[in-house]
Amino acid sequence: MHIVVCIKQVPDSAQIRVHPVTNTIMRQGVPTIINPYDLFAVEEALRLRDQHGGTVTILTMGPPMAEESLRKALTFGADRAVLLTDRFFAGSDTLATSYALASAIARIGETFEPVDIVFTGKQTIDGDTAQVGPGIAKRLGLAQLTYVSRVAAVDLVGRAIEVDRRAEGGVQALRTRLPCLITMLEGTNDIRRGSLPDALRAARAEIVVWSAKDAGIADVGKCGLRGSPTVVKRVFAPSPRAEKAAMVEAGGPEAADALIEAIFAQRPRLEADLATLVRGY
Amino acid sequence: MAEPAKPAAPASGRANTKKELPERFRNHKHVWVFVEQERGQVHPVSWELMGEGRKLADKLGVELAGVVIGAPGEATLAAAREAACYGADLAYTVTHDILADYRNEPYSKALTDLVETFQPEILLLGATTLGRDLAGAVATTLLTGLTADCTALDVDADGSLAATRPTFGGSLLCTIYTLNFRPQMATVRPRVMAMPERVERPLGRLVEHPLSMAEEDVVTKVLRYIPDRDSAKSNLAYADVVVAGGLGLGSPENFQLITQLASVLGAEYGCSRPLVQKGWQPAERQIGQTGKTIRPKLYIAAGISGAIQHRVGVEGADLVVAINTDKNAPIFDFAHIGIVTDALHLLPRLTEAFRRRLSPHIRDRIAS
Ligand SMILES: Cc1cc2nc3c(=O)[nH]c(=O)nc-3n(C[C@H](O)[C@H](O)[C@H](O)COP(=O)(O)OP(=O)(O)OC[C@H]3O[C@@H](n4cnc5c(N)ncnc54)[C@H](O)[C@@H]3O)c2cc1C
Ligand SMILES: Nc1ncnc2c1ncn2[C@@H]1O[C@H](COP(=O)(O)O)[C@@H](O)[C@H]1O
Repeated sequence: MHIVVCIKQVPDSAQIRVHPVTNTIMRQGVPTIINPYDLFAVEEALRLRDQHGGTVTILTMGPPMAEESLRKALTFGADRAVLLTDRFFAGSDTLATSYALASAIARIGETFEPVDIVFTGKQTIDGDTAQVGPGIAKRLGLAQLTYVSRVAAVDLVGRAIEVDRRAEGGVQALRTRLPCLITMLEGTNDIRRGSLPDALRAARAEIVVWSAKDAGIADVGKCGLRGSPTVVKRVFAPSPRAEKAAMVEAGGPEAADALIEAIFAQRPRLEADLATLVRGY
Repeated sequence: MAEPAKPAAPASGRANTKKELPERFRNHKHVWVFVEQERGQVHPVSWELMGEGRKLADKLGVELAGVVIGAPGEATLAAAREAACYGADLAYTVTHDILADYRNEPYSKALTDLVETFQPEILLLGATTLGRDLAGAVATTLLTGLTADCTALDVDADGSLAATRPTFGGSLLCTIYTLNFRPQMATVRPRVMAMPERVERPLGRLVEHPLSMAEEDVVTKVLRYIPDRDSAKSNLAYADVVVAGGLGLGSPENFQLITQLASVLGAEYGCSRPLVQKGWQPAERQIGQTGKTIRPKLYIAAGISGAIQHRVGVEGADLVVAINTDKNAPIFDFAHIGIVTDALHLLPRLTEAFRRRLSPHIRDRIAS
């Protein structure tokens, strides 16, 4: 079984700088980590490989420094890492990102071995859209399984897979064919520590580095800013409310009563509402 | 966000690209709202979006349509009719036995076909597990832009959809446009937009559209559907009063100061994201951009700084009360009432004071 896991390197902190010309977020100088949601996808892939045999390829699209995240993923026990990096990818929105990643996954299938499952995280903590997974699935014509909480069974001979998928009011148990794309829900497994041999192997491992051309992307116009239908037109700070917060100055034992007075003074009907709530509670 | 804000960075670079909509998109008109129903139940976010869609359609001078996809039968029809009561001029329906349960393939095909046939200018969906699964697939098939988890929608002077959402970093918002593609797609989380008033109104038009697909064409099968137990659902999103704690509480044990106050008020309790990340509270208690959006009459936040991702989740609250030791905490920029003090000291006292004040009613509760 060959599994590809898409991970993204994301800034670790809430520090932010915005490029004054392109209005895109500048990542230089901010410490980075693997998108935390993607770790659940990595773990699930490793588990399936341990159960069924095969290989796990980690894929990321990002600047050259994203190699760090790939090495980190190798320390968990992944077999291969591919870094998709090219200046043409700068400024990609989700449509352009899914195009580049889908192209690279197709190329990974041709270069190494056919891909059975593609994993992504539920969403990133920077982009936060949960759109890249479905985008890859559509482009590659894979069955799309989002918000998966459990991979119940994989049948490599019958080319089928069963998963539990989180829906709004419950859980759907689904069966579909392989290959498929899974976006893994957070908190669904415990990411392993990784062994010492894996750590040593990861430090020495050769990362496969591909440009757009290497990934078989003929039309770079579909990548980066040029290939992104959405544009960030304005980045701005939220404005304070027109009226300033009424500050309760009382301290010590009076503070609580003063605060309650202030609340009921601003919203006289709240007291009656609270009475109703408290009675019904 | 009610007030206009000053741009931190001027629009420039590609954002200044002169908009020239390719000829093939010129016929795209009207605003559509996807009416999400699962097991015969319409998700309330659909009506919240219908209220928002109405405003956009009025500004553009176009029609507002509800889109209902589902099994043939009364539930689907009822949802289409109900759309009118929340502001839709017309409804499109695609009904087929294979649409009884949500599955990506037939639903994306149904919605993509509708869009290609009737060419809407704007398409809004709820940012639910279903809405996001569907929106991502449809936008990719149509090769158009999709903006996730918007907190404000508007149309600008030249009629483009301006979709605003928080951006990375905890302090900024950004407005995103889909310049040269149609439809302009956006998802919005439940409770971000106010629920419009329901007005009994007949549906103007019902347009039924076929789906040329059979069960054999759908590779994904639903084996079972296991509904959540009611006990597993918290009422946080719909509660009238919410008390929440943040990192300022200092330790997981101190969180009981929050639950105690909540209990005296008959309120629900919630928290900021770091508490979930630290494992102090379960994910369903998180309030904000990546947690629950709430619209209570009273929101009390203790030890929460008020980052934009938290703020957007409480923007709909009638009254925000903030307890924070830092008088410069951003939460005081949007709280109605603030107090600069140690929450660990104030919370027990506040609980006691509310208990005294509400005691006649608490007694009623015990008596009945
Ligand atoms: C993509 C993304 C999505 C996010 N989504 C969410 C989300 O959905 N919800 C969310 O909440 N956050 C979210 N965040 C995180 C958000 O940016 C903030 O980091 C987070 O809200 C801060 O939580 P906090 O206020 O509890 O902690 P801090 O920011 O650390 O604030 C603690 C506050 O407590 C005060 N304090 C300290 N001691 C006391 C005391 N004894 N009494 C009273 N006050 C005290 C401090 O002055 C400070 O203001 C998201 C971030 C990103 C990047
Ligand atoms: N640049 C990238 N490289 C690799 N994987 C990515 C990238 N961006 C997004 N993904 C994957 O897509 C998922 C959803 O991302 P998003 O749509 O940004 O929320 C992430 O959890 C990753 O698994």
